[in-house]
Amino acid sequence: MDLIWDGLRESLDILRSGDYDLWQITLRSLLISGSAVALSLVFGVAIGAALAFNDFRGRGFLVTLVNTGMGLPPVVVGLLVAILLWRSGPFGQMRLIYTPAAMVVAQTIIATPIVTGFTTAALRHLDPRLRTQVYALGASRLQMLWIILWETKLPLLAAVMAGFGGAISEIGASIMVGGNLAGETRVLTTAVVLEVSRGNFAPAIALSLILLVLIFIVNLVLTSVQQQEGT
Amino acid sequence: MNGKWMLFGLLVALVLSITALECGENGDDGSGSSPQGTSSSAREGAKDIIVATTTSTQDSGLLDVLVPAFEEETRYNVKVIAVGTGQALAMGERGDADVLLVHAPASEKMLVDSGAGINRRLVMHNDFIILGPESDPAGIKGTTSTVEAFEKIYEAGSTFLNRGDDSGTDKLERSLWKKAGLDPSGASWYEESGQGMGATLQIANQRDAYILCDRATYFAQRGSLSLVILLEGDPALLNVYSVIQVNPDKFDLVNGPGGEAFADFVVSDKAQQIIADFVDEVSGEPLFIPDADKTYEDLGLSTPFG
Repeated sequence: MDLIWDGLRESLDILRSGDYDLWQITLRSLLISGSAVALSLVFGVAIGAALAFNDFRGRGFLVTLVNTGMGLPPVVVGLLVAILLWRSGPFGQMRLIYTPAAMVVAQTIIATPIVTGFTTAALRHLDPRLRTQVYALGASRLQMLWIILWETKLPLLAAVMAGFGGAISEIGASIMVGGNLAGETRVLTTAVVLEVSRGNFAPAIALSLILLVLIFIVNLVLTSVQQQEGT
Repeated sequence: MNGKWMLFGLLVALVLSITALECGENGDDGSGSSPQGTSSSAREGAKDIIVATTTSTQDSGLLDVLVPAFEEETRYNVKVIAVGTGQALAMGERGDADVLLVHAPASEKMLVDSGAGINRRLVMHNDFIILGPESDPAGIKGTTSTVEAFEKIYEAGSTFLNRGDDSGTDKLERSLWKKAGLDPSGASWYEESGQGMGATLQIANQRDAYILCDRATYFAQRGSLSLVILLEGDPALLNVYSVIQVNPDKFDLVNGPGGEAFADFVVSDKAQQIIADFVDEVSGEPLFIPDADKTYEDLGLSTPFG
């Protein structure tokens, strides 16, 4: 019990003092995971729309693949990206291993199936007559896509929340491809693991609190947007 | 109004991705001028050094003082990848690191023999200790030899935590069991954490287990531990760290000058002084003994590779 209370008190001191590069690590977490979610939105919506609007052989199989991907083990993604990006790997020349960019790549791969799955499901549930109607009104393909996406913005917001939560809480892939370098690739989750392995529980608790608050705020903002639009 | 929301979101996303990528290329403050596409990443490549090392050098905090001193003196940006010695050596074997700071003499020899590692030099040493619960269920306190202590633990079947990650510590521990003529693998009391030194020590502490640990990691964590030192001072427990450059002639992407600069730095007078000054805050005891001016024979190691 002492550990919990002392840890909490000490962690509050750390939060107050703003020491320990807390804000830098937090900002980096936000940037990396935010970029990953942004990229996964681009890919996920594109793939999701393609899967939802086209009927072709093997579509069911691809949807199953995407749904499997929603539970993709991050550590497997980490290993895959690491093997590709290591100097001895096929993309070693790009020198991306142990950079934030490598972490964005890994987290994008983790978040994209989630966004794709949500998008496909949402678009499939749309009234098919909407498309006919929009076409009849003379919309171009792009306008059409925009209108359709607009109609599914609520599930898309849910996809962003799920994708962001998955990306920012992720640890296995981040530490493998990022290397947990101080000032470069150390993010909230990897910093927590390091501090615990060093026996420094107070900063670990402080970092965990920030992580929780961060996820809460993002969900609060997105949920309030969702509620507003929903009414 | 609604459309603006969506646009705003997309804009924020775009800005975020650009900033993140930029901070990737501009990792360090001193790295200077505008990052521009491939030309800058090529320059960054020559500037970055990947140092593969053991978890003990990171968990003890030594690298937190050594690396900034090196970066201040040179134009290089060090990326420390703290893994077990086994993994660090594997990174050297594949050319995935530029320089290694490791502690597993026999395995180091294999790397140098294969031609992947060059210019191996002695850096420092400390020693391993055997920690256990104060109650000492196997009664190893007072023994002076690790072999004898291991026999007692084996007979008593007291919980013992092994790292099992092919690190230098793991390799040494297994060779000590072998020396005792015992094979604990598979025994219910012999458990494997599969993690770095610091994390394994925390687990051992929670489980009241015996553990072989390097002194620096133990000192760094002492505040949060209830385990105590039960055996120390056995010559078999010497923990010798060496620096090995990865051969740039063998791998195109290895930063030869960078690796050499880092290796030269850790054996330089300045770094050796930093190592000597790196003491335990509570007791004032040194955590590592600088050894660059010594030979392997001075440390009582019969051959250069232990």
